[in-house]
Amino acid sequence: MHLGIDEPRECQYNQICTHNSSPMETPHSKKRKVKRKWQIFPGRNKFYCNGRIMMAKQTGVFYLTIVLILVTSGLFFAFDCPFLASNLTPAIPAIGGVLFLFVIGMLLRASFSDPGVLPRATPEEAADVERQIDAANGAGGPGYRPPPRTREVVINGQTVKLKYCFTCKIFRPPRASHCSLCDNCVERFDHHCPWVGNCVGKRNYRFFYLFILSLSFLTIFIFAFVITHVILRSNRTGFLSALKDSPASVLEVVVCFFSVWSIVGLSGFHTYLISSNQTTNEDIKGSWSTKRGKDNYNPYSYGNILTNCCAALCGPLPPSLIDRRGFVQPDTPQPAAQSNGTNTCPTTQLQSHMCHQDQCIQSTKFVLQAAVTTPLLHAQPILLGGGPVLQPKPSVGGPCSALGPGQPSLPSSIPGLSCGGEVLALHDSENHCHHHLHHQHFISPEETPCTAHLGHHMPLYDPASQDSLHEDSVRGLVKLSSV
Amino acid sequence: CRPFKSISVFGCIKFIKYEVLALWQTHSLQDLRQQAAIASKVFVQRDYTSGTICKFQTKFPSELETRIEKQQFEETVQTLNNLYAEAEKLGGKSYLEGCLACLTAYTIFLCMETHYEKVLKKIAKYIQEQNEKVYAPLGLLLTDPIERGLRVVEITIFEDRSIGSR
Repeated sequence: MHLGIDEPRECQYNQICTHNSSPMETPHSKKRKVKRKWQIFPGRNKFYCNGRIMMAKQTGVFYLTIVLILVTSGLFFAFDCPFLASNLTPAIPAIGGVLFLFVIGMLLRASFSDPGVLPRATPEEAADVERQIDAANGAGGPGYRPPPRTREVVINGQTVKLKYCFTCKIFRPPRASHCSLCDNCVERFDHHCPWVGNCVGKRNYRFFYLFILSLSFLTIFIFAFVITHVILRSNRTGFLSALKDSPASVLEVVVCFFSVWSIVGLSGFHTYLISSNQTTNEDIKGSWSTKRGKDNYNPYSYGNILTNCCAALCGPLPPSLIDRRGFVQPDTPQPAAQSNGTNTCPTTQLQSHMCHQDQCIQSTKFVLQAAVTTPLLHAQPILLGGGPVLQPKPSVGGPCSALGPGQPSLPSSIPGLSCGGEVLALHDSENHCHHHLHHQHFISPEETPCTAHLGHHMPLYDPASQDSLHEDSVRGLVKLSSV
Repeated sequence: CRPFKSISVFGCIKFIKYEVLALWQTHSLQDLRQQAAIASKVFVQRDYTSGTICKFQTKFPSELETRIEKQQFEETVQTLNNLYAEAEKLGGKSYLEGCLACLTAYTIFLCMETHYEKVLKKIAKYIQEQNEKVYAPLGLLLTDPIERGLRVVEITIFEDRSIGSR
């Protein structure tokens, strides 16, 4: 969950495969160009090959993994295999080759597939959930902070708490977790693996497990046969000259020696997790350990090890829920988090039409809110009249008065309301503007344009801090008039 | 891959047929959507009491009380639940498919679709059918849960213009 300021989002996923799907030149050409859903995906993922490949943002370590495997295996096949094939059996390079191909295949499959990302809630869904939460918590005063949002559900006799995800605006299913690196909720979240360059979740756990299992076999295989090679050679020519004849063997032995401990250990750990049907996340937190309580047990386990293993490895493969390559329908509701503006820079025109509108509505709301609380707006209409952004006074007065009676309810609803929810509330006071710098003065002066977004990053509105709001509104209005 | 290719070609033809049918039906339903105003949306949430399997709550939402019979609604949701259970069922057939896929390094799924995908198509067809026969005449529209990430069954309630706006 994010309760701090995010680092600035770069418009990353449009730089890839631009020959397939060109970025929009202007928002007005939108009706001609249809976008694929991966291009407007709100999470922090990278997409390749027109949405077929999906990876995390940081992929440096993944390339290191590839290089290590390729180099070590390459050296093995080039330097050790000829000797072993001729002196022992040609089955050795054959088996080695099959293992190597399997390892690479599983690695690519684990890295490139969707781990089981849950798509974010549509604005209507988010509003519906908000309503249910408010109804459950009861209305409080302006300063009342609602308790953390959880739902309890009884699964197989165990009480499981479902947490509300502020970013995705959904109640997470059991075993799902929000990955802070990818900024997505992932089903049956295991962990985020930098070596694989992706999250490990429901859909790619078996590929990950098969990858580390086959890699441990490959590592042991290479280690064993390189040692055999060196021993056989040193029997003939002596140890030092054997090393001189095949220098690559030293490197391979070193790499394999260090890999064996970590990878074989990891394989063993995951074998234990699979047999008890737990995720790394649950194991680390000790969710089902008996230390928490005598009656604590894992409600998801099938009871016996074989069924657990079969379910994890051979069960049906669920489909991807995010439909990366589908086309964006012009009338479908955009996910709530989209309108927060985190995924587009205000200076670019990409998919910013909706985003601009929502942010402008936000900013207008803050101006009006400040206006209601300060006498400034009523006393000096010329400030607004001069600005190209807001309409002249009479129309401002309209929404202003409309906001008046409703104001007490605003502060309590600000911290939790999604951008989408506020859009619904202010539908009649929409203003077209292309300038949202002013709104940040109401939130916190230090936020930069790119990072300022109005979802859960807003601090709690404290009616006691009217003075600072007054100052901010003055600053904001002065800035407006200077445009 | 030849036997799988013929299956996939046959499957493709069937798929295209269903798609054309679905498109025509969606088009007529879209006409309905454009003509009528959306009064509200009801969301049927997931039921996690049986674990992480895909199952929806059969609790009858209060907003639908005036529109549809409780029994009809429950029957629809129960059928959906049964279809999803069939998709996620662990049994001999799914294990066989899983093992075969593993042995071919999952390249087999280039030729044929998974059991889950086949059932999803069945579900899409069922929802189209229900919309056409039961829900559209009552001014309601079911959205396939897969379009909402299997989180909710979204039911759109249209304004009843024939009787008068509500």
